[in-house]
Amino acid sequence: MCLAIPGRITEITEDAEPALRRGKIDFAGVKKEISLAFTPDAVIGDYVLVHAGFALNTVDEDEARKIFEHLEEMAALEEAAGDAP
Amino acid sequence: MKFVDEYRDRKAVDQVAQEIRRTVTRPWTIMEVCGGQTHTILKSGLEDLLPPEVTLVHGPGCPVCVTPLELIDKAVAIALRPGSILCSFGDMLRVPGSSKSLFDAKAKGADVRIVYSPTDAVKVAREQPAKQVVFFAVGFETTAPGNAMAVWQAAREGLENFSILVAHVLVPPAIEAILSAPACRVQAFLAPGHVCTVVGFEQYEPIAQRYHVPIVVTGFEPLDLLEGTRMAVAQLESGRAEVENQYSRAVTREGNRAAQKVVAEVFEASDRQWRGIGEIPGSGLRLREAYRRFDAEERFALTAAGAVEPAECISGLVLQGLKKPYECPAFAIKCTPERPLGAPMVSSEGACAAYYLYGRHRHGRV
Repeated sequence: MCLAIPGRITEITEDAEPALRRGKIDFAGVKKEISLAFTPDAVIGDYVLVHAGFALNTVDEDEARKIFEHLEEMAALEEAAGDAP
Repeated sequence: MKFVDEYRDRKAVDQVAQEIRRTVTRPWTIMEVCGGQTHTILKSGLEDLLPPEVTLVHGPGCPVCVTPLELIDKAVAIALRPGSILCSFGDMLRVPGSSKSLFDAKAKGADVRIVYSPTDAVKVAREQPAKQVVFFAVGFETTAPGNAMAVWQAAREGLENFSILVAHVLVPPAIEAILSAPACRVQAFLAPGHVCTVVGFEQYEPIAQRYHVPIVVTGFEPLDLLEGTRMAVAQLESGRAEVENQYSRAVTREGNRAAQKVVAEVFEASDRQWRGIGEIPGSGLRLREAYRRFDAEERFALTAAGAVEPAECISGLVLQGLKKPYECPAFAIKCTPERPLGAPMVSSEGACAAYYLYGRHRHGRV
């Protein structure tokens, strides 16, 4: 039930009432209109995590890259130590 | 799909698994709280990549599984009332009540509808003013903002034919209940990433301190789960007990303030029964006084009529991580997803369903 899927914002419809902010989200080709009430700062092109019709947060691209940078560093260290598999 | 596919990369997953094997020196038991995480672990065979010292046990983070039987019975009773429409997430429909599931009610002619979002139920209420539209509001902190927003919207539009049957539960009190149990063998937790997307992880810090237990906020893809496990093992091996955030691409310490605000506006904490576990103080949500008129239990004056659990089902022990699903004598014999005895065999987040679908062959049961 707590599943949330990342999708890219392609359109935003602002409303005088912030709780009614909406947007179109592209989930790898499947488009759906969802509520952006909880992501007031999200802009077109941002990736948001969507759960049951609501964007819960914007995905932080810098943070998303960190684990891969860490893994690359680890692999490079292993190679330097000469014990890479 | 961006932010999904790269976290399923086999080479990266293997690399983290290797790091865990290199770090571990002693046996450790780690609980992933969320049923969605349990399914990823079983589906991806992550347990096979872990060294024998690391045991993953599966927690109570399946809202469908812990929704009390009497609430299912109440949902069925509402659905069978003439003039009502019961809207629910699809997962709830096959969960067995005392005598009927919502699917059985639908088969008897009740108007039971599966919705994607609670706001879809509000739309049904708007379009069907002569009907009483009830949304079965099941879920953890992740789902609470959307459900709160649905009630807020109904209040704003004066939709007096809309109400919700509240079955909301909260994670931190459940973690405390598990840690306080005398039989508890959990030494570290992978906290549910999407719950923390909403509420952040400040609430977990006093628990980590009080029980001296590492808690790692973890995502839902295979690489997330192994990295969360690696971080938990590293803490255990070095004697640390902190809250760490593996899922930093989606979770901040303070969480989503806008979402928390609407939840606090509409709901307040309350004691709550967990199916198979019992009452956990302060572990649920109920509608605040100002929104109480949207409470389906009050609107329809529903009372529990002696709900009875099947004696053979050990789901309570499974949900607390005390037994694995295949240790249940009924597992895959008397209890299957088609003919379930308990909710964990039904839900797409239930541990029993995960073992049945992905793991049971390994235990020589079938």
